[in-house]
Amino acid sequence: MSIQIKQISKQFGDFQALKPLNLTINEGELVGLLGPSGSGKTTLLRIIAGLETADQGQILFSGKDVTQLHVRDRKVGFVFQHYALFRHMTVAENVAFGLDVLPKQQRPSKASIKQQVAELLDKVQLSHLASRYPAQLSGGQKQRIALARALAMQPRMLLLDEPFGALDAKVRKELRRWLRNLHDELGFTSVFVTHDQEEALEVSDRVVVMSQGQIEQEATPQDLYQQPASRFVYDFLGGVNVFEGEVCSTAGHSNNRLQQGKAWVAFPDGHKPQAGQLYLRSHELSLSNQPSATAHLPLTIKAVSLIGAEVRVELEPLDWQSPDLWEVVISHSHYNNWQPQRGDTCFAQPQAGQLFTKNKENQPLALNWTKEHLLIKTA
Amino acid sequence: MTPANQLSKSFTYKSLISKSFKVTGRQVLPGFALSLGISLLFISLVLLLPLSGLLIQTAGMSWADYWAVVTDPRVMASYQVTLLMALGASLLNGLVGLLVAWVLVRYTFPGKRLIDALVDLPFALPTAVAGITLATLFSASGWYGQGLAKLGIQVAYTPLGILIAMLFTSLPFVVRNVQPVMEDLNSGDEEAALSLSAKDWTVFRRVIFPAIWPALVMGVVLSFIRSLGEFGAVIFIAGNMPYLSEVTSLMIFVRLQEFDYAAASAIASVILMASLLLLFAVNVWQTRYLKRLKGN
Amino acid sequence: MHQQRIGDQPWLRRLLIGLAFLLVGILLVVPLVAIFAQALSAGLNIFWVNLSDKYTLHAIGLTLLVAALTVPLNLVFGVFLAWLVTRFEFPGRRILMTLIDIPFAVSPVVAGLMYLLLYGSNGWLGSWLMDHDLQLMFAWPGIVMVTVFITCPFVARELIPLMQQQGSSEEEAALSLGASGWQMFRRVTLPNIKCALLYGVVLANARAVGEFGAVSVVSGNIRGETNTLPLHVELLYQDYNLVGAFTSATLLAVLALLTLVVKTFLEWRQQQSAR
Repeated sequence: MSIQIKQISKQFGDFQALKPLNLTINEGELVGLLGPSGSGKTTLLRIIAGLETADQGQILFSGKDVTQLHVRDRKVGFVFQHYALFRHMTVAENVAFGLDVLPKQQRPSKASIKQQVAELLDKVQLSHLASRYPAQLSGGQKQRIALARALAMQPRMLLLDEPFGALDAKVRKELRRWLRNLHDELGFTSVFVTHDQEEALEVSDRVVVMSQGQIEQEATPQDLYQQPASRFVYDFLGGVNVFEGEVCSTAGHSNNRLQQGKAWVAFPDGHKPQAGQLYLRSHELSLSNQPSATAHLPLTIKAVSLIGAEVRVELEPLDWQSPDLWEVVISHSHYNNWQPQRGDTCFAQPQAGQLFTKNKENQPLALNWTKEHLLIKTA
Repeated sequence: MTPANQLSKSFTYKSLISKSFKVTGRQVLPGFALSLGISLLFISLVLLLPLSGLLIQTAGMSWADYWAVVTDPRVMASYQVTLLMALGASLLNGLVGLLVAWVLVRYTFPGKRLIDALVDLPFALPTAVAGITLATLFSASGWYGQGLAKLGIQVAYTPLGILIAMLFTSLPFVVRNVQPVMEDLNSGDEEAALSLSAKDWTVFRRVIFPAIWPALVMGVVLSFIRSLGEFGAVIFIAGNMPYLSEVTSLMIFVRLQEFDYAAASAIASVILMASLLLLFAVNVWQTRYLKRLKGN
Repeated sequence: MHQQRIGDQPWLRRLLIGLAFLLVGILLVVPLVAIFAQALSAGLNIFWVNLSDKYTLHAIGLTLLVAALTVPLNLVFGVFLAWLVTRFEFPGRRILMTLIDIPFAVSPVVAGLMYLLLYGSNGWLGSWLMDHDLQLMFAWPGIVMVTVFITCPFVARELIPLMQQQGSSEEEAALSLGASGWQMFRRVTLPNIKCALLYGVVLANARAVGEFGAVSVVSGNIRGETNTLPLHVELLYQDYNLVGAFTSATLLAVLALLTLVVKTFLEWRQQQSAR
């Protein structure tokens, strides 16, 4: 079942939760709504479910207008952020609820309900907990029961509000994979809300990034990562270092540089120099003891942490300004050869980045230094 | 205004509300119109209609008449004794309630659940029963009265008796307001203060007391409001001597028995306004205080 | 686990607990015992005679009738009001929540007076009722009406904080699973609030049975006709029939004790389920 959202907007008192927006979700897609709190992602999800009414606009399920349809009749499986399991019912009773409340002529027989519940519990691998109460379950178990309960009514789609928000890191990871597999197996349209970019990128077919009631970008995880459409998306995806500079042509300096004080980055060949903010991801930089011909970015090492497959170095700009500390990821072999210490000075060399010029209308400019870098090394 | 008017007024108000409500969106949860209708109907019939009756009756009096009735010396004496005894009772209640709440929250001991249950007795026991019991206990031949008489203290049929009756009937207010707040106190604050080597008394005074202060004030004020209006428990023990031990509620009753409805409603309007103002004021104060706590 | 806390010195602990026992003993336990002691002071036989007195029996019947009419009315109102103010956001919501507190602040005598002014023979509604031969005041309907006024906040006041804290996501879940409004209420809302609901009913019942001030204004104290149990206690006391007064009082005291037991049990159950 596809979902079409046309010019949907919503206001709570003075707060504009959603500005008029359009979005189409295709049949069988798993879409992640990503954004910080207050970005309107949960409101949008609740409007799709019919738990909230939009002030304006239309919602179509497979081309059929459901805007005026009550949540009861939309047949969407909704998984609530804090699970909303009925605390006075056992796990089995919770899962059976959607079947129990069907009108008499549609309701399956008791035995059939029992069997369906057993199958669902089997599917979520929690058959042994059927007679427990929600209070006796762990967070991850509650989440899976909430999902089983939503699946019992054979929904036309699955909507999940921060499905893993309240779980600890390890369980989160497991459940994410499990959800992805379940989606592939069942194949119906699913939308989930999250504020965790890693989660959105890992699980979704397509990610919709939201901010302040608007859609910032919708793209596949790969495209989103490679071509963030705005500073906001870039920032929100995280792990980004910013170098802001001007193009100046003081004596003795080349005018092909983005310059801030004594620090600078040369533009790769074929690019027109422009002032702006250069966004560099932590793995798109290298560190060395000397400046190169294409960049002069002196930094002081503040901390070095060995985390799993890579080494993360935190750095502070030396004699130039950046809103945040810089973070660069290097390999273990580089670390072993180099042995950086706290307080050492080193130089950053960008390999790829995006320049956001002062004109906000412009698309960011993708810059790549790999070629020049190699040229210098061989020279 | 006729009752029919009153009713139709409430219904237009209802339609007004639901109309302005529609603007912000259709309700997903069911029963808005039904529960709004029933609630407004009930509140109009049970609360507002009788209240307006009292206001209309009072408004029918001239200002001079009204003033003469509510400042009659016997009535003035009743204000004085009611206010003083209610003040005394509610302050005493503050102390007793704080102690009982502290003991119930902080310590475990045999009989704790029993005490916890008994605290609500004054709310569960009809006031008339409380009244005759206290009057009998404190009478000259009663269990307490005998002992107190030897000390030269007379409680029954004096203002002191009024205080005792008020103390009894409003006892649960402070305990039940302070207890949950004390239970929710963050033990971290206390530990932090102790780790900064504060003395026990300092920790109580500077850390715990400020946190329970709003609840304590609320409890004392509610107990004061209850005492102002207390009737059943008081009249048996007070002796009801004019100018000496008549409470204001009784004055209303006396005027009613004289079939002086105007005077009764004038006096009633005075305590009604006093209670409502006090209730309103303490609510505003508490909201502000809590806002300040959270704001910091 | 030992926690560092203040006030845990053994001497202080013992002193404060002792004081609490002393105060509760003097203020609550002794009066409670005194009721029964007075009632039985003339022997068990007299106690039974007093209890089976025709006026006492009538007072018991009238009191039960008042409670049986008042409590269900306030139960229905309480549930609707709590549903309204905790599940919907609308202009005037806070005003409604303030209005419901009025009966707590109003002296019972004033409450009785308000009804007397409105529905009494001199009242502007009462004179119309008189013309149609309907007497509400100084009759049992008046007693029921003021009792409804006095007890109307109890159920709502118990439900509102609980329902606010529980939020509406379970109800939304039920709706999204296809439940109708009634199914949602009966199968999700009601089981979640039943303890608080019962608690509110018990409190409202205790108050309805024991109300004195408001009832005495509108009842007219006609023995065998408009005398509720608390009024009967007063009448006997004024007649210097102490033993008789306390005999009726024991009935009310037993009911009060039952109320406390039910309340304690409900609180205990709630703590258990919260764990």
